[in-house]
Amino acid sequence: MKVTVTVNGTRYEREVESRMLLVHFLREELGLTGTNIGCDTSQCGACTVHMDGKSVKSCAVLAVQADGREVTTIEGLAQDGTLHPLQAAFWEKHGLQCGYCTPGMIMAGSAFLRDHPHPTDEEIRHGLEGNICRCTGYQNIVAAMKSAAENM
Amino acid sequence: MATRIFGSGIKRREDPRLITGKARYTDDFQMAGMVHMVVVRSPHAHARITSIDTSAARGAPGVVAVFTGHDLKLGAIPCAWLVPGSDLKVPAHPALATETVRYVGDGVAMIIATDRYLAQDAADLVQVTYEVLPAVVNPETSTKEGSPQLFPEIANNVAFHWVASSGDDGVNQAFAEAEVVVKERIVQQRLLPTAMEPRAVLAQWDKYAEELTVYSTTQNPHIARFILSGVTGVPEHKLRVIAPEVGGGFGSKIPVYADEALAAWASMKLGVPVKWAETRSENYQVTIHGRDHVEYVEMAATKEGKVTAIRGTVYAGLGAYISTAAPGVPTILHGLMYSGAYAIPHIRAETFGVLTNTTPVDAYRGAGRPEATFLVERLMDRLAHTLNMDPVALRRKNLIPPFENGYTVAIGLTYDSGNYEAALAKALGMFDYEGFRREQAAARQQGRYLGIGVTTYSECCGLGPSQVAGAVGFQGGLWESAIVRFSPAGKVQALIGASPHGQGEETTFAQIIADELGVPVDDVEIAHGDTNRSPMGWGSYGSRTTPVGGAALVTAARKIKEKARAMAAHLLEAATEDIEYGDGKFFVRGAPDRFKSIQEAALMATLAWNLPAGMEPGMEASAFYDPPNFVYPFGTHIAVVEVNPATGQVDLQRYIAVDDCGPQINPMIVEGQIHGGLVQGIGQVLCEGVVYDDQGQLLTGTMMDYAMPRADMFPTFEIESTVTPSPHHPIGVKGVGETGAIASTPTVYNAVIDALQPFGIEQMEMPLTAPRVWKAIQDARAKGGQ
Repeated sequence: MKVTVTVNGTRYEREVESRMLLVHFLREELGLTGTNIGCDTSQCGACTVHMDGKSVKSCAVLAVQADGREVTTIEGLAQDGTLHPLQAAFWEKHGLQCGYCTPGMIMAGSAFLRDHPHPTDEEIRHGLEGNICRCTGYQNIVAAMKSAAENM
Repeated sequence: MATRIFGSGIKRREDPRLITGKARYTDDFQMAGMVHMVVVRSPHAHARITSIDTSAARGAPGVVAVFTGHDLKLGAIPCAWLVPGSDLKVPAHPALATETVRYVGDGVAMIIATDRYLAQDAADLVQVTYEVLPAVVNPETSTKEGSPQLFPEIANNVAFHWVASSGDDGVNQAFAEAEVVVKERIVQQRLLPTAMEPRAVLAQWDKYAEELTVYSTTQNPHIARFILSGVTGVPEHKLRVIAPEVGGGFGSKIPVYADEALAAWASMKLGVPVKWAETRSENYQVTIHGRDHVEYVEMAATKEGKVTAIRGTVYAGLGAYISTAAPGVPTILHGLMYSGAYAIPHIRAETFGVLTNTTPVDAYRGAGRPEATFLVERLMDRLAHTLNMDPVALRRKNLIPPFENGYTVAIGLTYDSGNYEAALAKALGMFDYEGFRREQAAARQQGRYLGIGVTTYSECCGLGPSQVAGAVGFQGGLWESAIVRFSPAGKVQALIGASPHGQGEETTFAQIIADELGVPVDDVEIAHGDTNRSPMGWGSYGSRTTPVGGAALVTAARKIKEKARAMAAHLLEAATEDIEYGDGKFFVRGAPDRFKSIQEAALMATLAWNLPAGMEPGMEASAFYDPPNFVYPFGTHIAVVEVNPATGQVDLQRYIAVDDCGPQINPMIVEGQIHGGLVQGIGQVLCEGVVYDDQGQLLTGTMMDYAMPRADMFPTFEIESTVTPSPHHPIGVKGVGETGAIASTPTVYNAVIDALQPFGIEQMEMPLTAPRVWKAIQDARAKGGQ
């Protein structure tokens, strides 16, 4: 099937199998490997991207469902070479170790902060329930979220 | 002297690529002509293969080839830790089973196709018929007469039997004469390491050069090369292993698995690059599990609370085959740590390594030491309860007194340095212990159940002297090496043999070099993870990268500095002994304006226009560092929980961790390591646990079924430290990668048991999920508890 998807501001037209997952479309058709795959049951959130401004797990979306939509991945989050405040905060607060969950965590977190500009620790911890990190123990991710909220 | 960058929490240089999606993990690489491999796996835990029909799969769209074990020309997957004196028997582990499958996930065939979807489609078309055999999953049950046998040559499934003792007569006498003995049966449930990046491999055979390149999610590329060379027959100098960005390991990426060998073989056979990337469900079936002990442990003491002896018998599950380091984990890394932080005169540790029809078990964060710490701390709390003594007072009575340079425990290890009382005092200083006990008593009057757990621990890491490695049967050395070199324009490149995968050594090692050589930290690059580029090293596990690899780095840097000093002396026309050093400059004693910077010295050595007699050109040094001993971090952890008796829900309210890993190169990174370890250790108490049914079906086979710790389960951890240098490390540092996972499990577990004291509950099997705790409370009430 033919799909037309705008990813990080660029329009792409591709012929894809109807069963192809959006995450594989991004990674293998477009070469945008910043979006990672950490599970096969939509638990871990490593593959989170924005579709029409909302965070979605791209392993739970078919590429054909993204037809005609705008997708932002981790590669498209920084604007004109300037890190998104949450990217900067993850760096500043040591919110990552191996970095594998990080793109999804930042995409989910940035969408969360847009909806919750002044979150408490508890709200952040609940807000990130759909994203799993095995390295950081979450503490510095929470700190990064708070710090970014103050700078946004 | 400029400010030292050692000890500064500078931001990590790894991060820019990781937060922008530019990092490249194994599955991110594409190659021209690349094909995809999928392994067809057994759905049965124990079965005889009666036939494999691959014809339908061969004809499926996109399929390049289908192979079974009969097609392979590969050696068996080896075990690399042959613990001596244990009568260890290592059964053959073929890369694909041909006659018998022994766990759910055992490979029986492989599909190679042009696309990963098509490869999976074809895998579903392989018809395998099985004659299902009885299975066994519990390591204790597995040893009983009449249990299903995995291998005819291994009686009662016992692959080894290992004993370490301070002297059996003394141990027996201490128990016979003890005023108090406390006992417990402890089940260390199986855990899934769950590095967020599943395993992957990309193998590329260059048929012209006859060289094999393997991109691998490994913690130890040099060991992977060593083993893969043996399995594939490709000579080591023709085999390159690259560990690109690796998304966590926690031990699960130490072993060399069948899948790496299969991809390598297929690439050689077909002449195209072959990629394999496991799914998470596959990861849960075939990537190693951790823990899996059934333990019978006991402690002897006087009525005053002086511990006189400890002993234990452990049935350690190994799974269906013996993974790379598996025999060493429940023996050397476990049984030798029964003294914990305490002076205990008599110790005996006995371990049965047991095969079961389950996924192989190997080193998972802490690897043996969490299990040891748990049993020691459990028995301590049980003893305190039995003697009606305060658990902190009991620990104080038994702590090893402060020592700066060696303390030998009864079972034979010599701890390097420790000041356990200081860490305990610091932790208690962050917490009103007496006040809490009053609050706890008052809360109980209101039907609220608060509990506290306090752990004083010492652990053993920084693996380890090679002589010891050899003596305990490790089939490799345990030194590390480093090469440090100046480029002509004064930048420094350091190549290390260890292979960090999230721990941040690209940053911390640059900090070490910056201080040693007086160069800006941004002028230092740390490279690792490629056997064709990095010098030999044994890898990143056992909290050894900084204790061992960091020491190699310091040693190489100091060699460079001495060469630079000699070069500077020559340029300044002074005697080397008259040259002083400060802040990256060599100057003539008494004439600080006459100096050469280390970069100038390096440049002149590299140009070699005017060298002192006998000096070789260039400014480069390498060092091999074999540590004289392990390092022994230690500390005190405190947890406060509240248990809701109506629901059984455990609420972790406070967590205090005071850890001592010696001087901290980057405190921000140290704290990060502790945070992560805590969540893994607490995850074991509160939610994680592998479940097999009695036929060996893995019931927790996806992330939907296996409960991973999530952000909303935890309070903000309160982290502090004390600093006790290791006497034998050139910059005094100890490892910190595992302390959090080692200390936190008993701390939170003991807190829950403490909370439930009014019900008379003395133990429960982990994880302490709400239904399990609720049921324990109901059962206790039925028996007349509160």
